[in-house]
Formats: sequence, structure tokens, C-alpha cells
Amino acid sequence: MKALNGGRLMAHVILLMAALLTLFPFFWMVSVSLMTAEDMALFPPPLTPVHPTLEHYQALFDELAMGRYLFNSTLIAVGVTMSSLFINSMAGYAFAKLHFWGRDSLFRLLLAMMVIPSQAAMLPLFLMIKQLGLINTYAGIIIPGMSSIFGIFLIRQYLKSVPDSLLDAARIDGAGEFRIYWSLILPLSKPVLVSLAVFTFMGSWNDFMWPLIILTQEDRFTLPVALANLMGEHVQDPQLMMAGAVLTILPVVLLFLLLQRYYLEGLVAGGVKD
Amino acid sequence: MILVRRPSAAFWLVFPAMLLIGVFFVLPIVASLLLSFTDFDLYALARWDHLRLIGLENYRHLLNDPLFFRALTNTFYFVALGAPLSVSASLLTALLINQRMVRGQGFFRTVFFLPVVTTLVAVAVVWRYLYHPRSGLLNYVLSLLGIEPIDWLGDPDWAMPSLIIMAVWKNFGFNMVNFIAGLKSIPRRLYEAAEVDGAGAFEQFRSITLPLLAPTFVFVGIVTLIGYFQLFAEPYVMTQGGPSGRTLSIALLMFEEGFRWWNLGYAAAISFVLFLIILSGTFIQMLVRRR
Repeated sequence: MKALNGGRLMAHVILLMAALLTLFPFFWMVSVSLMTAEDMALFPPPLTPVHPTLEHYQALFDELAMGRYLFNSTLIAVGVTMSSLFINSMAGYAFAKLHFWGRDSLFRLLLAMMVIPSQAAMLPLFLMIKQLGLINTYAGIIIPGMSSIFGIFLIRQYLKSVPDSLLDAARIDGAGEFRIYWSLILPLSKPVLVSLAVFTFMGSWNDFMWPLIILTQEDRFTLPVALANLMGEHVQDPQLMMAGAVLTILPVVLLFLLLQRYYLEGLVAGGVKD
Repeated sequence: MILVRRPSAAFWLVFPAMLLIGVFFVLPIVASLLLSFTDFDLYALARWDHLRLIGLENYRHLLNDPLFFRALTNTFYFVALGAPLSVSASLLTALLINQRMVRGQGFFRTVFFLPVVTTLVAVAVVWRYLYHPRSGLLNYVLSLLGIEPIDWLGDPDWAMPSLIIMAVWKNFGFNMVNFIAGLKSIPRRLYEAAEVDGAGAFEQFRSITLPLLAPTFVFVGIVTLIGYFQLFAEPYVMTQGGPSGRTLSIALLMFEEGFRWWNLGYAAAISFVLFLIILSGTFIQMLVRRR
């Protein structure tokens, strides 16, 4: 019994230490972002600000275009999320519940394509976006992100469990498939739509390489692109950079903490092994 | 069941998604292969009729490009060290959290998952300061232990391990959640039966947990491999591929060639090789699973 208690204590100690280590970079990021220049000059470095200040956040908005970047990131992430919700749920419904020629082979093909890295498509995609005149536009980022195989897969898996009798009842009442999709499937799929929304929003918010390629002017930069760009000029100003990192991370962290049930459920459902 | 089908309904529901995926994903993948057979560069970008088909010339060039071999070596180093480390950390934390006696399972799961949802560029910025040779906190902690400061990102031998440490911290939570789901799906009675037979904790782990986690391992392995091979933002933000090219990854080289020097044909060849590497990695893991 004693050994068991020892093991129990051990497991908790290890987990707590790992949790502290995991959280430390976040704690330090917030802490430094609130420090004054004098705090930074102290040795040994203080863990928490001695004279907490918001001046660096102020500077981000007043001297740099932080508000603009926040706006750009939000607009793009919301645009991608809204369109992907509709387009993927339509396709997901059809793949789950309607019979059409080639459905299963098409779906298998889509699944197989999930292992293709997006980087393999970027060069020709850039040329296409350029031909369409969409370089340095929001559309150049939103349009290629409007549908995703993962999204279709997620919705399909969820809708598979909806009984056919429910849909047949609606069909007997004379409802068409679009009507069924709109007034039956969409309300039914609410939990999985929330999962997909959180996934898509975060994916778009955190995306770096594609916006870096497409956005050429500073007034269109998303937060990650702006942050990487600022790192070049302001590397000597840790407090400012940390404040920028806090503002970039904060929305996704809050979203995750509020909706983590949906997020983690979606993650595990998306990983369903055959 | 009443089979009143309107064939057009299904078509119109699927069509928008298939059109988008076809035009903005499948088509570029195919075009990427074609692009890699051309000498598409800055001149071709200005006027398409400067474009020439050069067959396998880009690939021949790749074989003689020391920079490409540097990127290849670096990326394999990152994957070979980072992926097993990340999967081990995930499995270890999942096993610890999943024990029935552990309190606050939800709390630990949330904490360990937090880095996964955060923006890579932002945490790379934070870690760059943590790694700073003079003012960085990491070296301060080492100095308390009497260890000489390490030039984490500036020392050619330390730069890649530093990126690996950060990458493992950033994403072990992702696989942990998958492992927890896998562990939860193992019926408890198997362990109870083993206990009756007198099997110890390690024996139970070896003969029940590991074999029944096999599907999770394949999924986790494939996802991790795909993710780790695409290494880009970490070196872009933290080291710019340096010092002396020791953190230059395949994706970073592709980006530099394609979007800095506008050698799009050559960059397409690089991206296609990366694609083939990831594809064969996935394939090998699936074969291993069949066994």
C-alpha cells in the first residue's frame, strides 16, 4: 500500500513539473511584455515585472500598425471559417447520406490525398493566384482555404450516425435535399460544426507560410507575418516583441480554453483509425 | 425506405467543395511536377514565352547542389531526432495522465495541449529570447547549476537541437491527446485478467497496452512525420537557416529558391522531392503496420 502511495505521489510530482515547464514560456512571455527597461537591466532577471507597464502594448498600436494586423488576421480567419463551414458541410452531408455515382471511390481518393503536404502545391498555386490578380489580397488567402478534405471528413463521420429514417421522414413530407440540408442537417450538426469552426479558425489564424508568400504589403499583413517581419527591426526590444506575441496568441488560447471540449472531440474523431 | 433520389441534388452539394479542392489543390500538385521540368524564373514570370522545357535538368542540378544536400541532411536530422522524442513525450504523458489514480486529468490535458493551439511564429519569437546566449533565461538557469553558457541558436552544433527542443514542446500535446483516446479504448477487463494472472505493470504494458495501441501508433507516426518534414517557420523566424546553413530545411530552401530568387522551376523540383519523401515515409509506415 505504501509503495502504491509513493507511485501515486511520484506521478503527480512528474506531471506537475512537466506542467510548469510547459507553461513557463507563456508565463515569461506575458511577464517580459509588462517589464520596463529598468526591470530588464536587473540581474538576476526578475521573474515578474517590478514596475509593470502597458507601454509596449501602447507602442504596438500607436507606433506600429498592430490594430491593422489584428483586423487582417480576424477578417481572413472569419472568412475562411464561414465559407469552409458551408462548403464542407454540404459535401460532408452528400458523402454521408446521399447515393451518387462514384461516391465511395471519390471519398477514398480524398482520404488518400490527406497525406499530401500543402507545400507541394504552393509554387503553381502562387502563379495561379498571380494570374487571377489576387496577390496581396485577402481573397488570395481565403479562396484556397474555403474547402478542406479534413473538414469534409469530419462532417461525414459525424453525419454517418444520423439515422436514415429521420431523413426519409422529411423526404416523405416532400422536402428536397437542399431543404433537408438547411433545416435538418445543419441544426443536427451543431457540435461538429463548432469543432470544425474552431479548427479552421485556428488553422487560418496560425498559418504562416502561405500568407507570407501572398501578402507583399505591410497593410495587408496578418499577425504571424507582421510578427516575423517586426523581429527583423525590433529584435533588440524583447518587451515589444513579447507584447506582440501575447496579442497574437491570446485569441486562439481563449478560443481553445472556451471550446476545448469541441476541439478535442473533433481532433479525436478526425483521427478515427479505420 | 423510400428511394426518391434527385441525382442533381447530390451533385450540387458536392460540387463546390470538389471544384475548390480540384482547382486549388489537385491542379497545383500536378502543375508542380510539370513546373519542375521547366526553367521558370524571373524572366518567365515577366513574360511566359521565356519559359523553356528542360526535362530533368532541375533534378540533375539538385543532385549537384550542396545546399540541397545540406537541407536534406538537416531535415532528416530534425525528423529522426524530433519525431521519436515528440512521440515518446506524448506517450509518457498520456500514460501518466490516464492512470486512474491521477487527479486533475482534464487540467493536465489542457495544459499540455496549450502549446499546440498557439501560433508557431509567436512562440518561436519567445523561444528565440529564451535561447539568447547572454540575456536568455535558459543560460541563466544553467549558470545556477554551474554549467557554461551555450550559444543555443548561434552554435552550428546546437542550433538544430534547439529547434527540436522547441518543436517537441510545441506539439507533444497533439499526439498525447490521440494516445489518451487510444488508451481509453482498451477494455479495462484485459488488465484485470492480467492482474489475476500475476502480470506486473511492465508486463501489462508490454503485452496489452503496446499491441492494442498499434493503430494509434500508425496514425500518430504518419501525422508526425508529415508535420516534421515540413519544417519551415522555426528556422525562418529563429535562425534564417543558419548558422552556416545548419538549420536550412527543405521547405525553407524551396521558399528561398522560389520566392526570394524566383527560380520557380527549380523550387518546384525541390518541393516535388519533399512530396516523394513524405509519401514514401507514409507508405513505409503503412507497410510496417500490415505486418
